[in-house]
Amino acid sequence: MSGTEEQVRERFVTGGGGVRLCVAEYGDAELPTVLLLHGYPDSKEVWSDVAALLADRYHVVLYDVRGHGRSAAPEPLKGGFTLEKLTEDFLAVADAVSPDRPVHLVGHDWGSVQGWEFATVGRTEGRIASFTSISGPCLDHFGHWIRRRVRRPTPRRAAQVLGQGAKSWYVYALHTPVLPELAWRGVLGRQWPKLLARVEKLPADSYPTASLPEDAAHGAWLYRDNVRQRLGSPRPDAYAHVPVQLITPTGDAFLSERLYDDLERWVPQLTRRTLPAKHWVPRSRPNQLARWIADFVTAHEFGGGPGGTAAAGTAAAAVPGVRGKAGDGARQRFGGQLVLVTGAASGIGRATAFAFAEAGARVIAVDRDTEGAARTAELARLIGAPDAWPETVDVSDAEAMEKLAARTADVHGVPDVVVNNAGIGLAGAFLDTTPEDWKQVLDVNLWGVIHGCRLFGRQMVERGQGGHIVNTASAAAFQPSRALPAYSTSKAAVLMLSECLRAELAPHGIGVSAICPGIVNTPITGSARFAGVSEEEQDRRRARSARLYGLRNYPPEKVARAILHTVQRNTAVVPVTPEARGARLLSRLSPGALRAFARVDPPL
Amino acid sequence: MDDGLGDGLDGFRRVQRLAYAIAEAVAAELRPGMTERDAARAMRVRAREQGVRDWFHLPFAWFGDRTAFTGFKVPLQFFPTGRRLEPGMPFILDMAPVHEGCTADIGYSGSLGPNPLQERLMADLREHRELILREVRERRPLRAIYQDVDRLMARQGYANRHRAYPFGVIAHKVDRVSDRRWSPRVAGFGTQALKGLASDALHGHREGWSPLWSPYRMSDHPPHPGLWAVEPHLGFRGTGAKFEEILVVTETDAYWLDDELPHVRRWSDADTDAVVSTAAVTGADTDAVTDTQTDAARGAGAAA
Repeated sequence: MSGTEEQVRERFVTGGGGVRLCVAEYGDAELPTVLLLHGYPDSKEVWSDVAALLADRYHVVLYDVRGHGRSAAPEPLKGGFTLEKLTEDFLAVADAVSPDRPVHLVGHDWGSVQGWEFATVGRTEGRIASFTSISGPCLDHFGHWIRRRVRRPTPRRAAQVLGQGAKSWYVYALHTPVLPELAWRGVLGRQWPKLLARVEKLPADSYPTASLPEDAAHGAWLYRDNVRQRLGSPRPDAYAHVPVQLITPTGDAFLSERLYDDLERWVPQLTRRTLPAKHWVPRSRPNQLARWIADFVTAHEFGGGPGGTAAAGTAAAAVPGVRGKAGDGARQRFGGQLVLVTGAASGIGRATAFAFAEAGARVIAVDRDTEGAARTAELARLIGAPDAWPETVDVSDAEAMEKLAARTADVHGVPDVVVNNAGIGLAGAFLDTTPEDWKQVLDVNLWGVIHGCRLFGRQMVERGQGGHIVNTASAAAFQPSRALPAYSTSKAAVLMLSECLRAELAPHGIGVSAICPGIVNTPITGSARFAGVSEEEQDRRRARSARLYGLRNYPPEKVARAILHTVQRNTAVVPVTPEARGARLLSRLSPGALRAFARVDPPL
Repeated sequence: MDDGLGDGLDGFRRVQRLAYAIAEAVAAELRPGMTERDAARAMRVRAREQGVRDWFHLPFAWFGDRTAFTGFKVPLQFFPTGRRLEPGMPFILDMAPVHEGCTADIGYSGSLGPNPLQERLMADLREHRELILREVRERRPLRAIYQDVDRLMARQGYANRHRAYPFGVIAHKVDRVSDRRWSPRVAGFGTQALKGLASDALHGHREGWSPLWSPYRMSDHPPHPGLWAVEPHLGFRGTGAKFEEILVVTETDAYWLDDELPHVRRWSDADTDAVVSTAAVTGADTDAVTDTQTDAARGAGAAA
């Protein structure tokens, strides 16, 4: 990164009212311009990570908002921070860095509030190609949002207003005279970096810059000059004249997700994204932001056509199975993410790979069956994955898994979601089960999961940008049975491993879930081994169990849907089929009943 | 029975070609906003113009995710609905006209504008056509062939959607139908044709075979001589594709009645393109074609 920082070019541009603004440029000025605008209390350096990631493909421009960082403050401060004056600043910078072509605007926090102003007023038309909004609503939309809820209150609407009202405590605080300035220049300014690191879990490094106390003191006027005026009398015509990508961090302590419910009214071309993170995503999730920004910019760079949204629309039309609210939610969450699924050549793994592909994720399909994995990857591309790759790996082979992890990180980056799904079946009495049988089932079912968690968990922790690991356990993990001692043991171990790992990785923002499907119609019955019986009997029992599973006929697609849900909601343990739910419930309420059931010898 | 068909095959070939020609013509006329009922009506009108007076079953048209029978619970859902065609949507036209006493039953899959997924499904149906013919020639029990088709579908990653047809059939017998001036229809099926099927079912029941090629025990017998309308139907996440054409089964051999059909032509065109473009292998399409070839080669290898 330091290498890229050397290529940063800084210069000063005169904005509205003669205020000198400090502008930083990355990358080739001939490339499309992406302008990143910081929030409060920040300076342009909040974007350093994202800018460095985008600099090889775009001309990336940052500037310090007036009164922040190395830009000058207006004189007097009062009335110097109105959105009209900020618009003049933006136009001056845009004209200086990209005189001939419109810029792609990205705003975080107050940068996004400003961005909404630029994207909705007439003066800037033709100067903006696209707008990506992160954690900053349009004040006019916000005003209308409150009005609608106050004028026609229902319990839900009242709760929404009160909830956002509570989250906005700091806005009221900033409206008190003098005190905020004193606090920022005093103890708050000194403690702020530590506070951020603790509460927002941000990396403690060189940011925030030394100018923070002054920036924060000046920036209080952003609120005082605009909030009351705009919320009190919002513009009636705040329609966006550019395509907008809205990125909503779901763990934002300052803004409710509900704020954007009415947004389709104001934005004809809206793409929504959700990110499980707290407020400061430019610093906590730079890779994900850079990818979404790049995708959106690329889609709208040529001709400003419907681009990305249209592409997403066609994909949805071609795949009506994912229409509707659940499909939308999954697409907003997983679009462009990197998902690795093991055991992806058939059954639950294949269905999971397809479900993620439909949600627009990039998929790595891992299986020891080369042909099956290739097939999964190929079909995944056809149903909406921007890209998909097959990998032939036996998950029980530690060395092969290490190579896979290294190759994945090199070629595609760190996976956002890993599904350790590969597993084999082994039935038969404990006394009939040979040590070789045990080794085989534990190697795949347990060691495969251990390797997956170990290698990709480490990658996720080192990247420090969150992630999710899903391990496929089984209803057999809590339902004892005399027929499946080895299999149940391996799956119980997976369940406990997931629970422990969940506790360990939670501070890193990495979720771990165990999914317990139950009886699902997959080819696992066709390859399962039955310990202690002859070869003909093997085949007969396989056919018989395949038939029973076929009669139960619970489709793997439903398990795949449950897995996507699990990741979205970060659930710890998820039984899927009704029998799995029942067994889970009984294991807590009346384990004796399960023990009695465990003695039944299934008729096979 | 075999003798009766020997010289009459031309009539079946003619009506099968006629039906495919009608399907192709209607497919070419489909526009965004047209409903399944519009398409079914267009097929019926054209067939009538060509002299079709009786039907084995009336034309069906399925659009969008109905091509994969998504959410089908009762047979009534097969009938054409008001579902409107949108750009990129897959569709299937299916009809079984009777012409000069000969029955054909055809299924034509296509899409309004390019739909790479359905094209992939269609390309993958080729392997099924080869598998079915090969195994019928080996005179394997029909039920076993059905299961092999199922396995191939699972390997390809698709769902078996012919399972949704009545009795889950992958094929059924078609035969001559006597020309009556008046042939009423029951639930879209011509009574004359149903009569033939019922009489076959009765004979079959006595002799241990069934005119319906199903996954059940009633199909656990070697292929019965006669004409079989074979209709493997693939489904994949809301997109479906099928073909349907007549397979001629004799006491010792089997062959497809006609190789000059749209889907077969499409495959052979793809082969020619692949040969032409071997010099410069570029682009995803060519790759797909090469894949198909490898698949086919693998299928052939399995046969040997």
